[in-house]
Amino acid sequence: MNPVLIPFKIIGNFVHKFISELGGMGCFIAKSLFWMLFPPYLIQRTIKRINFIGVKTTLVIILTGSFTGMVLALQTYYALVKFGAETSLGPVVALSLIRELGPVLSALMVTGCAGSALTAEIGIMRITEQIDALDAMALNPYKYLIVPSLLAGIISLPLLNAIFVVVGVFGGYAVGVGLMSISGGTYFGGIRDFVNTKDILEGLYKSLSFGVLITWISCYKGYCAGYGAEGVSKATTQAVVLSSVTILIWDYFMTSILVT
Amino acid sequence: MIEVVDLYKSFNDQEVLKGVNLKVEKGQSLALIGGSGKGKSVLLKHIIGLTKPDRGKILIDNQDISRLRGKALKQLKERCGIVFQGGALFDSLTVFENIAFPLREKTKMKAQQIRDVVFTELARVGLSGAENKYSAEISGGMKKRVALARCLVMNPEIVLFDEPTTGLDPLISKAIHKLIRECQKSLNYTAIIVTHEIPAIFSLVDRVAMLFDGKILAIGTPEEIQASKNPVVHQFIHGELEGPISLK
Repeated sequence: MNPVLIPFKIIGNFVHKFISELGGMGCFIAKSLFWMLFPPYLIQRTIKRINFIGVKTTLVIILTGSFTGMVLALQTYYALVKFGAETSLGPVVALSLIRELGPVLSALMVTGCAGSALTAEIGIMRITEQIDALDAMALNPYKYLIVPSLLAGIISLPLLNAIFVVVGVFGGYAVGVGLMSISGGTYFGGIRDFVNTKDILEGLYKSLSFGVLITWISCYKGYCAGYGAEGVSKATTQAVVLSSVTILIWDYFMTSILVT
Repeated sequence: MIEVVDLYKSFNDQEVLKGVNLKVEKGQSLALIGGSGKGKSVLLKHIIGLTKPDRGKILIDNQDISRLRGKALKQLKERCGIVFQGGALFDSLTVFENIAFPLREKTKMKAQQIRDVVFTELARVGLSGAENKYSAEISGGMKKRVALARCLVMNPEIVLFDEPTTGLDPLISKAIHKLIRECQKSLNYTAIIVTHEIPAIFSLVDRVAMLFDGKILAIGTPEEIQASKNPVVHQFIHGELEGPISLK
């Protein structure tokens, strides 16, 4: 090949691969949403998936939520003292957690804990022909594997986000009231005055969309995993990286839409 | 009856099947032999509708499985069963649950009926007592037998075996071969067995076909294949290093 054309070939290959991947992901979610509408509705499998994605991540969410609230209160308190506004600690911590940190950090935690496990599990099922076995039994793999995971993501993420926020607010309370001597009434009174339904809904919409994104990417990467252990490990890494990056990018766009 | 007509399949730039023609009569057993990585498993996956061909037809009782969609495809798949190379058992389920899985999902049988059918199948494949074990806790030979039981539990008319004895010792291999033969005789299903077990397979099947260079090179009774003058068939079934088949 003419050396002048090599960079064009490389760029072309990259663009081609990128577009096919996007197309593959689009078809994957379209098929999953389509099969979600038709019976049989696998309620028991969905509950098992909620346990897998939601319940097993709860402890990590409680831990990260509490320390996030605590460090947020600590950092914010010293900044607010400079302006004599330390009584605003409660609303600042609560609003940061409800609108931004809660949805994003809980989604990142779920990506690390459940998203990677989901990719690895489906990837192993792919390479050991368990997905082919389902298909050969005339059972739809989307219906049995993907739809329950997607539903579990949609249900679990807002609940985990709620836990994260509540624990975070109490973490902030422990630091603000316990260590910095702000009164408990001031802390919670400020939250009551400044936090409204719109803020809570913003966090809810974000965590719902993150629930779809995480399970979509994790399931897709597992479903299309390459051959052998290397294929599964590559798929798992890609799922975690892509989910994390997508969460942060999507968060920006969601915020810009919801704020305006 | 299964009929494969002029089947072509490529993966990226690699042509795997280059015009396969094959016919298997109802109730007959056929062994599909050929070199490793030459497309035998790909052909099986086409026959059961897991892979779509680039060109050609796969007719099962005159219905082209590659063109069927929705309910018709589902009904045709329900008449077939496949025993995968590694067993493809669901590793989160026990042996009992694996065999019961298609019955629970595809039939309206009651729990007690399912239990009876599963225990009958377990006894048939010689695995009574192993029902509570997980696939990680059983040997390769046991996995293949569980896979066979899971496949037979739905009484398929066509059963495809993808290297059912690969990686097993000679005694277990012989036992699996005997089991396949007995099950085929009693249930009278049409069987296609992808295998490298030469010459053991010759006493097990009605016909043998050899896949070479993406096509069926030779097909006939085991005696005809063994007596074949074709140098490729001769070299392959006798395992000779010198001959027209390049090992590169």
